[in-house]
Amino acid sequence: MSALRESLGFLASRLRQVGIFVALILIVLLFQVLTDGILLQPQNVSNLVVQNSYILILAIGMVMVIIAGHIDLSVGSIAGFIGAVAGVMIVHWGWAWWAAIPACLLVGALVGAWQGYWIAYVGIPAFIVTLAGMLIFRGLTLITLKNQQITPFPDELRALGGGFLPDISGGTSVLEWLTVILGVGGTAALLFQSIKERRVRRKFNLENEPMAWFATKTAFIAVLMLIITFLLASYRGTPIVLLVLAALVIAYSALMNNSIFGRHTYAIGGNLHAAELSGIKTKAVTFRLFVNMGVLAALAGLIFTARLNSAQPAGGTGFELDSIAAAFIGGAAVQGGIGTVAGAMIGGLIMGVLNNGMSILGLGTDYQQLIKGLVLLLAVGFDIFNKNRAGGGSSIAKRFKLRTTPPATETKAPAATAAPAEPATPVAAGSRESENA
Amino acid sequence: MNVPILQMRGITKTFPGVKALQDVTLDVNRGEVHAICGENGAGKSTLMKVLSGVYAHNTFEGDILFENEPCDFASISDSEKRGIVIIHQELALSPYLSIAENIFLGNELASRGWVDWRRTNLEAAKLLARVGLSENPVTPIQHISVGKQQLVEIAKALSKEVKLLILDEPTAALNDEDSDHLLDLILHLKGQGVTSIIISHKLNEIRKVADAVTIIRDGKSIETLRVDQGQITQERIIRGMVGRDLDSLYPEREPQIGEEVLRIEDWTVQHPQDHTRTVVHNASLNVRKGEVVGLAGLMGAGRTELAMSVFGRTYGRAVSGKVFKHGEEINTSTVPEAIRHGIAYATEDRKHYGLNLIEDIKRNISMAALPKLSKRGWVDGNQETTVANSYRKSMNIKAPSVAAITGKLSGGNQQKVVLSKWMFSDPDVLILDEPTRGIDVGAKFEIYTIIAELAAQGKAVIVISSELPELLGICDRIYTLSAGHVTGEVPIAEASQETLMHYMTKEKE
Repeated sequence: MSALRESLGFLASRLRQVGIFVALILIVLLFQVLTDGILLQPQNVSNLVVQNSYILILAIGMVMVIIAGHIDLSVGSIAGFIGAVAGVMIVHWGWAWWAAIPACLLVGALVGAWQGYWIAYVGIPAFIVTLAGMLIFRGLTLITLKNQQITPFPDELRALGGGFLPDISGGTSVLEWLTVILGVGGTAALLFQSIKERRVRRKFNLENEPMAWFATKTAFIAVLMLIITFLLASYRGTPIVLLVLAALVIAYSALMNNSIFGRHTYAIGGNLHAAELSGIKTKAVTFRLFVNMGVLAALAGLIFTARLNSAQPAGGTGFELDSIAAAFIGGAAVQGGIGTVAGAMIGGLIMGVLNNGMSILGLGTDYQQLIKGLVLLLAVGFDIFNKNRAGGGSSIAKRFKLRTTPPATETKAPAATAAPAEPATPVAAGSRESENA
Repeated sequence: MNVPILQMRGITKTFPGVKALQDVTLDVNRGEVHAICGENGAGKSTLMKVLSGVYAHNTFEGDILFENEPCDFASISDSEKRGIVIIHQELALSPYLSIAENIFLGNELASRGWVDWRRTNLEAAKLLARVGLSENPVTPIQHISVGKQQLVEIAKALSKEVKLLILDEPTAALNDEDSDHLLDLILHLKGQGVTSIIISHKLNEIRKVADAVTIIRDGKSIETLRVDQGQITQERIIRGMVGRDLDSLYPEREPQIGEEVLRIEDWTVQHPQDHTRTVVHNASLNVRKGEVVGLAGLMGAGRTELAMSVFGRTYGRAVSGKVFKHGEEINTSTVPEAIRHGIAYATEDRKHYGLNLIEDIKRNISMAALPKLSKRGWVDGNQETTVANSYRKSMNIKAPSVAAITGKLSGGNQQKVVLSKWMFSDPDVLILDEPTRGIDVGAKFEIYTIIAELAAQGKAVIVISSELPELLGICDRIYTLSAGHVTGEVPIAEASQETLMHYMTKEKE
């Protein structure tokens, strides 16, 4: 029984990460029941992936921006703008798809560099710069399209939005074998990686998740992946965009965890002053984050345009809100410094399943928006509640005591408050807090 | 003349684990200017918070008699009702509101909830005239200088019909001219019957305005000196302020001092916002291989400002001067440049400037030197953990593992993480700013041992500290700063708390 208790204690300490995952499962089960099983029909699962792919791709870049303590409101407009640019390049100018895709990503990078410049080097808050960007790039979208949609796109590009990997059995089998191979291979790789990581942690004396929890979690995820594989394989196979998404999730998770760039991003969001004083080039990191966001927004715009087979003046509207919601539901902290790519994906899937399930039920956008808004509020509210709980000790009584009694270091306060010779502004009302703490 | 207005008896204030004030006595006579003097952290501000009701009457022991009536203030507003007004070091003005609005903030001249602007501005103008300001009352606070803002604070106090005005280091943020003006005003108010308590350690100020000085040391009132008894002399005040017991232990070390590593010449720094203030004046100092050099100074002396401006210009503006390493001039104008030249600066404010509190130990330790753990931009996580584990062991960081979140560690362990971070960046010069602030005695000894080991490894170490016994215990040589000037350089053999304090309070020529 101690293993169980240990696992439960661990769960309590990771309430947020575990909770969000459990929430996704519960929402899926709820809609599976409400829709009489339509939600998890192979075709619908395939749709779910394709429909949400561009939001998920945006959420990758968004969670990175949020981790660094910024926000990007312009991604929807950028996605729409890039769709328009692609339409002009391919349909009007007759560029080949393989030339247009990198060209569009480059335009995305330039757009990101434009915004990154104002944010990182001029020092205008990202909220303002990207709010302006939201208007600027929507305007440019309309100008580029002359207020009319551009269509049609070549099949190769459309495959990026709605295409599937080829059927290697030549249509003779019920299951798409290539999908099965990919799915089973991916699951095996995931298992292998999890076990290896656990070994490494033990080797370096880092606390490990309790064995019971680790086994349950890993087995559960593996089974889940196999179920999804089966569902996809029994419809038309693996959507191409899922491969793109999977590659991006793996690459960006690695980038955020294991690259200097990723570490610096977390450091900036966690404590900007400490990062600066540790020699991190905070402006360069911020600039690159927005360039990256521009590229991912361009990719999302391409996929969206490819799926609709049309570049539309209103394309991408509202994407920014969905991707921001995905990042926050997925556990990113409003103050920055906390968040994961994987979490943002789960957050994005929660939004996606809600959208899809409610559409199947025939709920209008009115109720859909209402419910999505409440989910976002609850998720972040839960976060704040959790943080207060963790910050204030295990009981309310203890928290109360901590609030009313100044910390032991208070005796040093006269020196502590004045010795830095007020690096803050002379009229710093905020410094009162430390005085009265 | 000598009618007491305020008597504080047996004031004892305890924070968890620390006695901030112990049996403090303070007697202030009506109509006098009473200075309170003491080292950084002696308990001056705490005493004033007790008096003004920032700490409610049931959170400390002892009695306060104001105008012969006992006081039991539960908050600042209670003490203000009796005419006791405190002006903090950091001014509490709202920058975008007008002078008049600030004066009557929280105390608005209104009828039935609506502000009477005519009366507000009229009354404000009268109060401004009393403090010698001719500004228009509708001017936003941010458009007047810090010196004038200080006067507005006093006007605000006057609007509350102040009987006892408490000023906590009122001239710390002012230039000389504004300081003189403020001191004149205090004397002028004294003529109008306002009693003042002024916290200060500037001896020239005290000589100019004070009728009496109470000296606080380590939370105890040492003595009260009165000018009419001819007791206020620099020697007497210094003797009272220092003399802290040398009870902490310091590790034994045999200094092996080599050639000069770092030399700073003619370093001058201006205040980042207030261009009329020069925070560091032509400071020159050096540190040698294997040497521990102390920087001593009272609040506002410019120690941290000197260090941070050298370390990548992270403080101040219009920084001028030269930095030499091994005799060659180096560029330290950005933090990456400073680190590249082997300089490390461990801040005095761990929580705000030193650590990413929501991140774990290993990632904090690697933060300043990730490239050392990386190949082509990718961090070797295993190597990082190995490095962090080795520091956890050698520095004795008490934590379940190096994956523990730094925000949950004790102050001493957090400080060890900060030191580990900078040791891992492999510097030649370490500047440690208040390395033992807020740390318990046992951990202090460990930090001293680490400093001694760093010196033994041939590092050049600069320690900034407000605790003179600490500097005397660990340094080979001590520089003193006073008001931005280097006023002394004392080899350890000649150093004592009295000599250091003498230089620390020395006025510039």
